[in-house]
Amino acid sequence: MKVSVELGNKKHLKKEEKHVSPFQLGFQRFLQNKMAFVGLIVLSIIVLLTVASPWLTTHNPELTDLTSQDLPPSGEHFLGTDSMGYDIYSRLVTGGRVSLVVGFCTMFFTVVIGITFGSIAGYFGGKVDSLMMRFTDLMLNFPFLVFVLFLISIFEKTTVPLLITALALTSWPTTTRLVRGIFLSLREMEYVQSAKAVGNKNFRIIFRHMMPNAIAPIIVNATLLMAQMISIEAALSFLGFGIPDPTPAWGGMLNDGMDYTVMTEKPWQWIPAGVLIVFTVLSINFIGDGLRDAFDTKSTRR
Amino acid sequence: MSNHLLEVKKLSKYFPIKGGLFKRKVGDVKAVDQVSFYVKKGETFGLVGESGCGKSTTGRTLLRLMEPTDGQILFNGVDLATLKGETLRKARRDLQMVFQDPYASLNPQMTVEQLIEEPLNIHNIGEKVDRKDRVLQIMDTVGLNKNFGGRYPHEFSGGQRQRIGIARALALQPKLIVADEPVSALDVSIQSQVVNLMEDLQQEFGLAYVFIAHDLSVVRHISDRVGVMYLGRMAEIAPKGELYTKPAHPYTQALLSAVPVPNPRLKRERIILKGDVPSPANPPQGCAFHPRCPKAFDRCKVERPEMIHLGSEHYVACHLYD
Ligand SMILES: Nc1ncnc2c1ncn2[C@@H]1O[C@H](COP(=O)(O)OP(=O)(O)OP(=O)(O)O)[C@@H](O)[C@H]1O
Ligand code: SF4
Ligand SMILES: [Mg+2]
Repeated sequence: MKVSVELGNKKHLKKEEKHVSPFQLGFQRFLQNKMAFVGLIVLSIIVLLTVASPWLTTHNPELTDLTSQDLPPSGEHFLGTDSMGYDIYSRLVTGGRVSLVVGFCTMFFTVVIGITFGSIAGYFGGKVDSLMMRFTDLMLNFPFLVFVLFLISIFEKTTVPLLITALALTSWPTTTRLVRGIFLSLREMEYVQSAKAVGNKNFRIIFRHMMPNAIAPIIVNATLLMAQMISIEAALSFLGFGIPDPTPAWGGMLNDGMDYTVMTEKPWQWIPAGVLIVFTVLSINFIGDGLRDAFDTKSTRR
Repeated sequence: MSNHLLEVKKLSKYFPIKGGLFKRKVGDVKAVDQVSFYVKKGETFGLVGESGCGKSTTGRTLLRLMEPTDGQILFNGVDLATLKGETLRKARRDLQMVFQDPYASLNPQMTVEQLIEEPLNIHNIGEKVDRKDRVLQIMDTVGLNKNFGGRYPHEFSGGQRQRIGIARALALQPKLIVADEPVSALDVSIQSQVVNLMEDLQQEFGLAYVFIAHDLSVVRHISDRVGVMYLGRMAEIAPKGELYTKPAHPYTQALLSAVPVPNPRLKRERIILKGDVPSPANPPQGCAFHPRCPKAFDRCKVERPEMIHLGSEHYVACHLYD
């Protein structure tokens, strides 16, 4: 005689080991990517350095000392001083703040705007979509650099919030288009149709069913966007449109290397700043590439 | 007429074709063009036709997953085509769908448990504490191992995924399930298992099905009545026995002649249709089938045939019977 097991009782269920979602699987793959891992380490070091800068500086980075200008590296000034008498080492460890804050905040606001507009336009389609996309196209064709330079020139002093606003205002259309494209294609997926059929509200369809499946390419795009924004901030500072002295910024420090004698004879004044910019941008790009491979999101590169 | 659970009247779905410099509408793809049929309580209505003839569009429009261009969808006497917002969302509870591709129809980021429980949560069915048990019960009903509730769809085979999809549709205890080619993406060996499961569920819960398939042999087993579509239009509707023994429409006759017959004595002559299926963006004048119809005559080129009742629930859209 067979013993029948009462299946309706939960006590008979054996506990299975934890299961991983496709998203978690992607994250595991990402951590196995060597280049991305190196990028993650390098970026972490740079971020830590910048955050810990108040304890790492040897001099006030925003204070000139006119009695000690253009000094070579020494025990007193690790990387010497520049023509204004700033301590270069102290400015170097502090200078990442502007880059990282501008890069991160611009990316953040761009992605928030992009997700909001892009998901609505892509999900609802039709008239909402065409109206929003017409506006986006208009902004997309807006002369970007001219606008930033214009803003910066009317507010005689460039501030961090101003820079972030200007950059986010010019970069959101591209991200919005990307997000819209993703949502437009997800909308036709059978599981989104299924979500609608079982009675989900629009809001829940967008956030519970589409967003988790759209987030990977959005993160990849956000990462690459952040690297791009850091380059642009550095370039603006280099050209003299960045955050003015005495606030330290890597791009501005690189600008000192424009002087021929500084460039050739005092490389300690500009090479470290240049190296940090390159390392920051490259490490973020490696992370972005790693994420893209891990999550298998094609064609998110712009 | 009270035993008609669903009654579709002259349902149309056109997709605008946009083109030119300003993305103006330049025409329509008539994916579904004035289709009428009904489904009785607890029966299976098979919907058959070649690829692109508008079966999926019909199915999705029934649930208002797509907006109908015209026509009525009477479900229990209520016209779903006119419902909006919350009323529509709630009305969908009695009308569920099983999708064709089990690899695309389950949200990859949700576990089996979440997928089956979601409909219960949305419509607030039962006490919260009982829902987990209810989910297990449904998993058991569709033949899923109850220990697998924590798994994600990518850990299952196609056949098991389709069971999850069926479980999700079943959770709301609907009266009608539109199954859009539910087995065509599965291995032949698994197809019959899933079809048998659907039949068992029909018995147990008194479900009605609109069972979509692209060839007549698949629906033969499960259907009570069959509708044959061609180029967005209904060509013929008949009880299964009638349709397979006495097909009236020349298109049905051609389709049937291609189905292998188990009894060689009944061997029919194979009718080969000439030409390809025309585009639904530019359907032929008159009877849409006339360029390929072996029996076409002059009237077919100018006048679109209406549905003609041949008696005992047998309907055909063909001038030969007028
Ligand atoms: N969203 C859409 N936009 C424009 N045209 C569409 C859309 N969906 C379907 N169509 C067109 O409508 C027609 C009918 O498509 P449908 O998917 O309903 O066919 P089907 O009978 O289900 O075919 P299959 O057997 O391939 O699934 C096709 O010509 C198709 O190209
Ligand atoms: S109406 Fe004419 S063309 Fe159409 S199926 Fe009948 S005979 Fe053929
Ligand atoms: Mg289809």
